[in-house]
Amino acid sequence: MLNISGLKNGVVIDHIQAGGAFEIYNYLNLDKEDDCSVAIIKNAKSNKTGKKDMIKIEGPIRADLDILGALSPNLTINIIKDGTIVEKRHLSLPETVTNILKCRNPRCITSIEQELPHKFKLADKNTGIYRCIYCEQRYSNRS
Amino acid sequence: MKHVISPLDLSVDELDAVLSLAEKIIDHPENYKTVCQGKKLATLFYEPSTRTRLSFEAAMLNLGGNVLGFSSADSSSASKGESVADTIRVISSYADICAMRHPKEGAPLVAAQYSSIPVINAGDGGHNHPTQTLTDLLTIKKLKGRLNNLTIGLCGDLKFGRTVHSLIRAMIRYDNVKFVMISPDELRIPDYLRTEVLDAQNIPYKEVNVLEPVMPELDLLYMTRVQRERFFNEEDYIRLKDSFILNAKKMKYAREDMLVLHPLPRVNEISTEIDDDPRAVYFKQAQYGVYARMALIMTLLGLDGDGLC
Repeated sequence: MLNISGLKNGVVIDHIQAGGAFEIYNYLNLDKEDDCSVAIIKNAKSNKTGKKDMIKIEGPIRADLDILGALSPNLTINIIKDGTIVEKRHLSLPETVTNILKCRNPRCITSIEQELPHKFKLADKNTGIYRCIYCEQRYSNRS
Repeated sequence: MKHVISPLDLSVDELDAVLSLAEKIIDHPENYKTVCQGKKLATLFYEPSTRTRLSFEAAMLNLGGNVLGFSSADSSSASKGESVADTIRVISSYADICAMRHPKEGAPLVAAQYSSIPVINAGDGGHNHPTQTLTDLLTIKKLKGRLNNLTIGLCGDLKFGRTVHSLIRAMIRYDNVKFVMISPDELRIPDYLRTEVLDAQNIPYKEVNVLEPVMPELDLLYMTRVQRERFFNEEDYIRLKDSFILNAKKMKYAREDMLVLHPLPRVNEISTEIDDDPRAVYFKQAQYGVYARMALIMTLLGLDGDGLC
């Protein structure tokens, strides 16, 4: 088990789908957060899914974390204050997300009209599948 | 104001109303020849199409309306880099209703978001083609007399064939509809359609590789073309294009009242030797496409044709 006791005040984004940490890192613009220390843990052992990614952030973070469920279903957010977990959030999946997921279908209108917002709708709550509202292509962070 | 971007944009009740109107038009076309007088249809075709564009134009002309538009992206401002949103904003001030075909999936939805006139999707890439579905439903209703209690064979390119995907989604809204999918393994229906649509709603279906043994089960056989433009790889296209050719020999296995439908154009997947078979209704289907579009144009313009029959 990884030790998170080193965090004093910050956030642990846990149970990220293995391989998905960098996408969340980029979405949260963590490279631009000068006041935060950030650790990315890839392929940590997970009893539920075999392996998972984690992001540990020490310091204040301004981004809206609740939207992250769309990027990686099942992730949890642990808020750490004074070295202890004060809140554990299981994120619900938003019905629609705009400009968070990117449609990678080369046949989609978003592939040629760069200014269009990338909008996705939750197609299946149980599996966390999102589909592009334009082409209905399923979102995949692997493609 | 209503747009028709997906086959499911019309509820079953709305669809029934459009189909009933289309049947009235079939019976008495002369009663409708001036209902769109003074109205204009813009046909915005960003990729080549013969029958769909001409079918829309014929529909509007039959209703006494006028038509304007373009038939390829090269002859539109898209070639100068204008966005779909800007184009439709301008066209909205020129016409009363618009039919859009675009090679990119979702383009008509973008148009609908910025349009102040009804937008009809006339085909967006391999995605949706709702007026073809409307045509298919009108053909089935008119010639079979019902849209329920049907076993529908779908043959050919079930992977890329948008008409098949739309037909499945439209037909599962009716009771006791079963599907028999006949295709090579490479061209089977997409997984999401199988799991999220058919399995999720417990729709009976089976997938087979050979046409003859299932022919006697079918009320309808919907043939599709293996389309070159849907393949990235020429070798795959050449290898699969001649799969599942329907000919007179195979038709001997079919019921006397089984109908053969095809969205056209046909290449060689239906032998011309069966064109005179009364069960081959694909040319009548193309004719019904005009009536279906007439009914849809009237409905979207709020001209329900009450009192005209």
